[in-house]
Amino acid sequence: MRFEGTKNYVATDDLKVAVNAAVLLRRPLLIKGEPGTGKTVLAHEISKALNAPLIEWHIKSTTKAHQGLYEYDAVARLRDGQLGDERVHDINNYIRKGKLWEAFTAPQLPVLLIDEIDKADIEFPNDLLQELDRMSFDVYETGERIEAKERPIVVITSNNEKELPDAFLRRCFFHYIKFPDRETMQEIIDVHFPGIQKTLVKKAMEIFYEVREVPGLKKKPSTSELLDWLKLLMNEDMPLDVLQNRDPTKAIPPLHGALLKNEQDVMLFERLAFMARRNG
Amino acid sequence: MLLNFLDELRAAGIPASIKEHLLLLEALDKQVIEQTPEAFYYLSRATYVKDEGLLDRFDQVFSKVFKGVLTDYGQSPVDIPEDWLKAVAERYFTQEEMEKIKALGSWDEIMETLKKRLEEQEKRHQGGNKWVGTNGTSPFGHSGYNPEGVRIGGEGKHGRALKVWEQREFANLDNTKELGTRNIKVALRRLRRFAREGAAEELDLDATISGTARQGFLDIHMRAERRNAVKVLLFLDVGGSMDPFIKLVEELFSAATAEFKNLEFFYFHNCLYEGVWKNNARRRTERTPTWDILHKYGHDYKVIFVGDASMSPYEITHPGGSVEHFNPEAGATWMQRVTNTYPATVWLNPTPERQWDYSQSTKVMRELLGDNMFPLTLEGLDAAMRELTRKKH
Repeated sequence: MRFEGTKNYVATDDLKVAVNAAVLLRRPLLIKGEPGTGKTVLAHEISKALNAPLIEWHIKSTTKAHQGLYEYDAVARLRDGQLGDERVHDINNYIRKGKLWEAFTAPQLPVLLIDEIDKADIEFPNDLLQELDRMSFDVYETGERIEAKERPIVVITSNNEKELPDAFLRRCFFHYIKFPDRETMQEIIDVHFPGIQKTLVKKAMEIFYEVREVPGLKKKPSTSELLDWLKLLMNEDMPLDVLQNRDPTKAIPPLHGALLKNEQDVMLFERLAFMARRNG
Repeated sequence: MLLNFLDELRAAGIPASIKEHLLLLEALDKQVIEQTPEAFYYLSRATYVKDEGLLDRFDQVFSKVFKGVLTDYGQSPVDIPEDWLKAVAERYFTQEEMEKIKALGSWDEIMETLKKRLEEQEKRHQGGNKWVGTNGTSPFGHSGYNPEGVRIGGEGKHGRALKVWEQREFANLDNTKELGTRNIKVALRRLRRFAREGAAEELDLDATISGTARQGFLDIHMRAERRNAVKVLLFLDVGGSMDPFIKLVEELFSAATAEFKNLEFFYFHNCLYEGVWKNNARRRTERTPTWDILHKYGHDYKVIFVGDASMSPYEITHPGGSVEHFNPEAGATWMQRVTNTYPATVWLNPTPERQWDYSQSTKVMRELLGDNMFPLTLEGLDAAMRELTRKKH
């Protein structure tokens, strides 16, 4: 079982090594990187490549670790108790399985994605230490022990909003997806738009990397933005010379909405255009 | 060999432990990788390093351990270009001496000797912290060295291409680097984390349910909620060399402004005196007396100074020391008043930490702040924010 990238996903060598190590040794793989460089997509691609079902657990600031294991719905039981419902006698009726439980007991070996783990409370990763290490946990309400038949493949993504505890990090493999260089970017584009004109891509990439280099940009466009932009350019049937003969007084690239995601950045470009006009 | 590697990693400040080491051995045992140096580099990186800020350091340790290349952490590996050697040789020896030496051996041999001598000298330089040194052997002294530490031009000592770990592509992710547009985002997140402390109340559903069940009547429990309650006073040193940094810091804090309950900016020049201003264009006419600030904003405000703190020491210690006006009371008195009023006070200094000891005023200012001066790097910012949150008034 080896991960070599898929036909939709260009994996660099270092990424492949990290993924394969995590898959073979069944340790969690922690992925960090700029937004839009394909952290979450990676889990989808691993699941596709290894033909394993994907279980996604998206973390929010309010997510608690035990919600991944199970939840005991005391309120529903209280209500049923007052209404005299028969179900109230069996506690199992009020235990809801979490994503980890699902992953542990899945009939086929799954890929478990814990997305944006840094969104949660600082204690969150620590609370999952034992469960991810042993791949088992106890349900206190019923005294049952849930154990994984086979350790699932765990992919964890983080945007670096919070530091993760050392004890947690020690149990993971780590990979930082750096922003792709031009060659890798070319490969990525080839994978996504096989028939696209080479000259258009070349021009578009030049503009894209120029935009990324403009100082003071609040949100630099990343891979996913470039792909969206190319899709738009193709859909609009943008004539090539619009990209080729760019007027320096119009610093804003055509269909910039896909690249620049906030108004300050657009204004920055307008100012640059204005300055170019004044100097010219 | 591998244990040695682990030791070196730990010595370089990468928190690798036995746990990671065993994991690496297990991975090697299970033949996760093909047996190439690159694959081993990738595997050990994924195992040992858990923070992108340490990737660059890891690259350096890796090349040190597995190549025996001479490097010092934080400094760039140095190779001596051939033509530069020639230039130095010509400077060192007179024409007659050159002739004499040539008689002793071949030009190449002499070059070899000179190279060795220069390398020895380089070692001594790395031991100290001379950044722009004599004879051009310090890392930043000569154009023959690329300041990024990646060799350029001509063949190196071994005539081989750069390996992956020698490219040092993560150099700008190093968390000891000065803040720039690239890592400003990360800095912002650190600020947010700092801002999200503080207590208020929200309904604790679980405790309410169990309380209600136990008591038999509705028993409401409240618990502390995490929300933004941090109030900040920002004092910025404007005028002169500090301006680009000040702009950076202003942007940083205004971007995080939604996270703070209150954020006030004030400007000063060099040292805090009896007046500060909010609009630099009208600094003469629209001054706010510092007393008013001390009275208006409560003790629970966190105070952050940003400035290089390098000036004449008199500007801090003596009345009338200011370069701009006559100040009836010394800057030190005002700094003490601020630290007395606001227990949580830090100073962020954009100049590199290693230079602080050379400036007397920086030392004085640091003492006035009870050592709470931090460099304007991610690490420094982190430490400063920790310091601010630690102090509960």
